[in-house]
Amino acid sequence: MDKLTISPSPHVHSGDSVKRNMYGVIIALLPALAASLSYFGLGALIVTVIAIASCLLFEYLIQRFLLKTKTTLTDGSAAITGLLLAFNLPSNLPVWIVIIGAAVAIGIGKMTFGGLGNNPFNPALVGRVFLLISFPVQMTTWPMPVVSRLSYIDAATGATPLSVMKNGLAAGKPVSEIMAELPTYVDLFFGYTGGSAGEIAGIALVLGFLYMLFRKIITWHIPVVVVATIAAFTGILNMVNPDQYATPLFHILTGGVLLGAIFMATDYVTSPMSKTGMIIYAIGIGVITVLIRVFGSYPEGISFAILIMNAFTPLINRYVKPMKFG
Amino acid sequence: MAVKTFSFGGIHPAENKLSAEKPIETAPVPQMVSVPLGQHLGALSEPVVQKGDGVMAGQLIAKTSGFVSANTHSPVSGKVEKIDDVLDASGYRRKAIVIKTEGDEWMPAIDRSLNLVKEITLQPDEIIKRISEAGIVGLGGATFPTHVKLSPPPGKKCEILIINGVECEPYLTADHRLMLEKSDEILVGVTILMKALNVGKAIIGIENNKKDAIHKMESLIAAYKGIAVQPLKVQYPQGGEKQLIDACIGRQVPSGKLPIEVGAVVHNVGTAFAVYEAVQKNKPLFERVVTVTGVSVKNPLNLLTRIGTPISTLIEAAGGAPSDTVKIVGGGPMMGKALTSTEIPVTKGSSGILLLPARLTERREMQNCIRCAKCVAVCPMGLSPYLLMSGVQREMWERTEQERIMDCMECGSCSYTCPSSRPLLDYIRLGKSKVGFLMRSRTK
Repeated sequence: MDKLTISPSPHVHSGDSVKRNMYGVIIALLPALAASLSYFGLGALIVTVIAIASCLLFEYLIQRFLLKTKTTLTDGSAAITGLLLAFNLPSNLPVWIVIIGAAVAIGIGKMTFGGLGNNPFNPALVGRVFLLISFPVQMTTWPMPVVSRLSYIDAATGATPLSVMKNGLAAGKPVSEIMAELPTYVDLFFGYTGGSAGEIAGIALVLGFLYMLFRKIITWHIPVVVVATIAAFTGILNMVNPDQYATPLFHILTGGVLLGAIFMATDYVTSPMSKTGMIIYAIGIGVITVLIRVFGSYPEGISFAILIMNAFTPLINRYVKPMKFG
Repeated sequence: MAVKTFSFGGIHPAENKLSAEKPIETAPVPQMVSVPLGQHLGALSEPVVQKGDGVMAGQLIAKTSGFVSANTHSPVSGKVEKIDDVLDASGYRRKAIVIKTEGDEWMPAIDRSLNLVKEITLQPDEIIKRISEAGIVGLGGATFPTHVKLSPPPGKKCEILIINGVECEPYLTADHRLMLEKSDEILVGVTILMKALNVGKAIIGIENNKKDAIHKMESLIAAYKGIAVQPLKVQYPQGGEKQLIDACIGRQVPSGKLPIEVGAVVHNVGTAFAVYEAVQKNKPLFERVVTVTGVSVKNPLNLLTRIGTPISTLIEAAGGAPSDTVKIVGGGPMMGKALTSTEIPVTKGSSGILLLPARLTERREMQNCIRCAKCVAVCPMGLSPYLLMSGVQREMWERTEQERIMDCMECGSCSYTCPSSRPLLDYIRLGKSKVGFLMRSRTK
């Protein structure tokens, strides 16, 4: 005790860290990863490994050689971007497209703006939407679950429930008839359906949500309000015309709503700071998702909805301040 | 009674109340005491003794120099060695009266017996005068002169007295022990304060991790009129004045205003005890209970200590400073001040001496703000610490003023919580001094 440390209070810290939160999210994503591996097997494994590895690699290369700053690979954020990107891709996507997606996600989505904390848009979604627009065919051929466990590029493919619905409605069929061709709600909840690798199993995503709530990594506001808004909006449409509009439960269990609401919309960096702001942001995501699905040309819409609301986040932060004491 | 709490934010740091079971012991009277003239908020007191004067314990040695100021009494008997600049808890050298101890002679007017005096004979104005003479200040740590708080500004009426027995700072147990061991004295003190304020109601707020103190007080209040005990959730900063009022009576003191605005006056349990001693026993404030603690301290304890005692004496009594100590904090870990030397004297505001090892107090490297909003969620004033910090960094003083930077009570919950280890409160303090300066120059 030769020298005393002098610094202003507080003199203790909670021990919380960026790493703890990021690794917490990764743990919360493990059930969904397990589901994606069990339904899509080999393909999911290849896509996930390539996505994570290339996200880490691009982050390292950019920080080391372009920005010449300290590398932050171990904070876990690049790995999450990789994992979420993989979850948003079909498991039969060729490796080179996955790598392009990772380059866009990390390079343009994240590092261009100064790295973690400064990116206005969710990096994984930037990558995903870039691929969706650039490679529309590869990005919308979905392998069938279980049957294609041992195959990758050559996996048997089929349509997702949302595109079946969209095409069916366009062909003039009533909802009830289309629903008969689709997996049951229970199957949807447990993931027995075509779709992106990580979006299919509702139960796995909900488990991750509960874990993050328990660890206090996120609050309930954004996921619950996104889902509630979609349910309310599609519920009203469904009541008005049940032949033309699918049920709320169908909309919630398909097209990555749960993945988006729980893991993408809650991204710290790109979501608002105040509780009221979070609720406004989440309502926006829900409304835009339904508008795109029901009236737009894409069968699913949550990726675009989240990106659009990401753009509004600074504005929401500017005008919606938390309630102050007194 | 149902457990209550405040409406905004809050955290729950490890409580570490290591000395909660240790009865109050009396610290040895040191050879030499340094009694600072600025132990209270407000103007320094003016010395009324000179070098070489003989003094007794409890004798006035420096008198109040304004309305917001306080008397200072000698904590020991002996001879005034010098009046000189002495290093104090602020880290600066400031005026203090240094007294060399000889024997332990108290002023004859002080009633040193331990019997409880319940009957209150003084009138309200006499009580306030006695409290002012005794040099009593808020012992919770803010050290605001108590007599000022007992004289509400004209037009304002106090409706309820709230007694702060929260002690929400981790480690500290001085108030806890006082509530257990001097319960009746505190209740008489509360009754005196009620009489001085002319109110019929008082609530003693106690955090729920001190169940024994809650039970003790509840078992005794029947004998006193108008006093209730309110158990409070264990949540920091429950003992913040505005938070405590909000928790106890559900009223929020408006920004920039004093508790009297919502009809409340808050005093600490330690202050209530000092008021009892001053009014019933004629004893000025020259000693207080100090918790000496730390995870590696051999014998954490609560010591009744004479003002002016160097903290080294207290650390010695607790078994010496552990070898892993890197920081000595005057007060608790959340709001206490890091001390620059072990010779700093105990003052009226010293609630604890905390010895921290590196592993508990080392700051980690700052990382980018990831906008997790945890600082916003924990702020008990409903502020946005991340925004205040960036506003200060960019020197946007008007913006930070609009964001109510001056409402910050410096509880440290934001810095404590931040996963990126950002020094939010450091920047907010910087901004407060700048914005405060701008606001004052505007009114001139």
